Order: sequence, then C-alpha cells, then structure tokens
Amino acid sequence: MENAQKIVVPLLAILAFLGLWEFIVWVNGWPNYVMASPSDLPAAYARFWNLFLVMGWQTLWRTVLGLLIAVLFGTMLGMVMGFSKLARDALYPLLVGFNAIPKATLVPVIALLFIGQHDFNTVLMAFLISFFPIAVSVGIGLSTLEPEYRDILRALGASRFTIFRKIALPKTLPEFFGALKVAVTLAFIGTNLVEIVSPHGRGLGALFKSGETNGDYPLMFAVLIALAFLGIVLYYAVVALEKIFAGWAERPAS
Amino acid sequence: MTKFIDISGVHHAYKTKHGPLPVLDGLDVGVPKGEFCAVVGPSGCGKSTLTRLISGLMRPDSGVVIVDGQEVTSPRKTVGMAFQNPVMLEWRTILQNVMLPLEIVAPGMKRDAAEARAMHLLEMVGLKGFENKKPSELSGGMRQRASLCRAIVHKPDVLIMDEPFGALDNFTREDLWQTMRDLRAAEPFTCVLITHDLRESVFLGDQVIVLSGRPARTQFVLDVDLPADRTIDILYEPRAVDMLHILRDQIRIAQGRDGEVH
Repeated sequence: MENAQKIVVPLLAILAFLGLWEFIVWVNGWPNYVMASPSDLPAAYARFWNLFLVMGWQTLWRTVLGLLIAVLFGTMLGMVMGFSKLARDALYPLLVGFNAIPKATLVPVIALLFIGQHDFNTVLMAFLISFFPIAVSVGIGLSTLEPEYRDILRALGASRFTIFRKIALPKTLPEFFGALKVAVTLAFIGTNLVEIVSPHGRGLGALFKSGETNGDYPLMFAVLIALAFLGIVLYYAVVALEKIFAGWAERPAS
Repeated sequence: MTKFIDISGVHHAYKTKHGPLPVLDGLDVGVPKGEFCAVVGPSGCGKSTLTRLISGLMRPDSGVVIVDGQEVTSPRKTVGMAFQNPVMLEWRTILQNVMLPLEIVAPGMKRDAAEARAMHLLEMVGLKGFENKKPSELSGGMRQRASLCRAIVHKPDVLIMDEPFGALDNFTREDLWQTMRDLRAAEPFTCVLITHDLRESVFLGDQVIVLSGRPARTQFVLDVDLPADRTIDILYEPRAVDMLHILRDQIRIAQGRDGEVH
C-alpha cells in the first residue's frame, strides 16, 4: 500500500502536468512549429529512437564520469577544509567566486584549451559545475563534529585517520548525499552545456541542437523530456545509495 | 598511602584574545588505586580542564600529573571517558557502540570475546535486550548507561566522568548512581567524577574535593566515611546530612572567592 502510494502518486502528478501542458497548447491553438505538445512526442521518439539510445548513453556516461571525479575531488577538498581552519579561510572565497561564474562562459575557454577533445571537455564541465556542493557539505560536516566524539577516541590513542574513518566519515554521509543529489542535476547541466554550445557536439545536447537547426520542435521537447528522465533515474540511484549507506540518519516516521 | 592519580601544584591558563585566562591555580588531587574521587565546584571553575589533564588530552603550563607512577604527557590508552552528552555513533547498534574502544585498544581481539564482554556490561546496567537497537531508539538515561559501558569496556585503569548524569531527571539519576555503585564493585577502575550535585558526590565518592572559583585551586577535601554498599537512604542519615552541610558551606566560600575576583 505504502509502496503503491510512492509510485502511483508521483505518476499521477506527472500525468496531470502533461495534461495541463497539452491543454494549454490546445486552448491557444499553437501549431507544433510554435510549441510542441506531449501528444507530438511519441512520434518523435518512434522516428529517432536509435539516436535517443546512442546520444542518451553518451550524455549519461559523461555525466556520471564527471560526477565521480567531482565526488573524489570534492570529498578531498572538503576534508582539507574540514580539518584545517587555515585551508577553510584561504579557500572559501576562491571557491564561492568560482562557483558564481556562469559556467557557459567557460565553454569557449575549455574548447580552446583542449581543441577537439570533446569527451574530455564535456566530462570536465560536468565535474567543474558539480564539485562545489560536495566540497562544502563535507567540509561543514567535518568541521562541526562534536568534540566529545573526538575526545573519546583520542584519549584511547587513536590516530587522526582512525578518528576520520570510524567517526567523521560516516557522520558526514547524510550531508554528503544531500549534496550529491544537488550535484547530480548540476552535472547534467554541465554536460549539456558543452553538448549544446560546442560545434560537432554529441549526446542529447547535440540532438537538441539539431532539432533547433531543423525547426523540429517535437524533437527538441522529446530531448528535454529524455534529459529529465535521465536526471530522475540518476537522482533515484543516489537515493538508493543513500538508503544503503546513510539510512540510519532517517528517523522512523511516527 | 601511594596515590594512583597524583596531581600536584598544577597551574594552567588558556590563551584568549584578552590575554591569558588562568583556570587552574594550585590544583592538588590525590586518588589511591581503586578509589572514587568526586570533584565539585562552582560552574566554570575549570573542572573540565581537570578531565583533559588526567586523560592526557592536554598538558598543564606547570605542575605535574602522575598516573600509575608515570607522568602523563600524551593520551594513555587505558582511560575511559563519559560525558554529560552521551555521544553515540547513530549508525551503529548499542552493542557496536559499546565495542568501539576495543577496536582501537585491542584490534586483535576476537569478535566473540569482544561481544561477550560488551554484552556482560550491558546486562549489568540493565540494557539486556536493547543491544541491537539504534541509539535514537533509546531514552537519555539508557543512552547514558550505554555510554558508561563504552567507557569501561576495555577495562581502563582510570575512569573519568564529566557530569555524566547532569542532564537526567532526578529519579533516573538516582538509578544511575546505583548502577555506578554496582559497576564499581565489579570493575577495577580508579574514578574521577566531575559533578555539581553534592548528593551525588557523597553517595558515590570515597573523597570529595571542593575546588575554589576560577582560577581553581583545591580548597577542601572531604573523606566520605560511609560503607561501600550504600543505598540512596543513607543520604537521609545524619552523618551524610552533616557532610552535605559541610560541602554546602565550602561551595559558598568558593563562590565568595569567585565574587571577589570579578
């Protein structure tokens, strides 16, 4: 019953959204070269299904790879900032400043630096856009560790690494996964930014671009929906991991 | 009599923005092996600094801290600690929480033996049946019981407690005093208890040390001449009431000195 509710209710919400979309297009009498409606999409998928599979896969693996690098780098940066006040003071303004830069402006810079390295550029952008929340959350998680935790183990002669492994790391996991959920969607934005903006792109972003070039609105919206679908899949993959590794943080509903 | 914990002439000041802040100014504490020493004093007088000195988490500016015949210069590994906040690792079960010190101090210990030891203690404090629960499922008093088990699971020679029962209601607190008394009879540790509850200090202590207001020095030492198998009722007998009166007067003096300083 509870599980049915978890699946049925969001599905109904999605259907209601699609219905509203269809209704607005119909009421305004927009033709499909002005605004596509949901009923246009199945035809687009049927026509280009093989492209969707190939491009979707390209977008997915680049995003996931960029995200993995962001997790590694973000966690290390967060550890440095969490354990050292000096590093925290030094790096925070730099990081916040970097994060404030619209990443679209970096696309030409990266494209010039690594000409033709299309896969590399895309993964790099997915990484650049998504490591920030991870670094901040790990840093805050570590720097707010209650001193009693540390004292109990330090009084037993435990090393800093042991304290990190036994206490700080698991204690930071809920914050880490919270940040990872944000990072997942950000990484998708990074990947698509490069795929759309750079010439001869690949992936769903390039498919979107070709839809735009050909004035094929149904194709463009079909790409957007496919992106949303990938985003949802990846997000819930993170939720599943969170349940396994940080499920203890969830209080039973009462 | 030789002292197992021997602190003499300790002075310490914390560095602050407004210059050094002296917290200990002539601290003397001597506890024979296996005895229970309760330390009371006005709040903010440096009692918690004392716990960090004995555990080796910090060193004093001057004076010596000797435990078991050796000067304490770094964490000794054979101490157990319990705090007012019974910090538990929320992702572990109660049993796994209690076993934590064994993983650090005796990494080679067989899991069965470690579990048996932890279970034995949990049973003694009345937590049998709760070993597989998560800390968030336990009440404050139960968490504190588990925290006591964790503090002594590795058979420390010194147990240091910093207001461990301070956040509990009165009846739960009295229950835990009795649990503490029973643990003491069964386990061979020398104990230093920081508290601001005079009844607690008389019920549990073999001696009660009164610290003056900040900066703290040893102002008064009371020998608690009561049998080891005390019950709560003893606190209402004249000899215990007399002791409480003496301690109350000493605290008043301690607070008076505090008033002069500020």
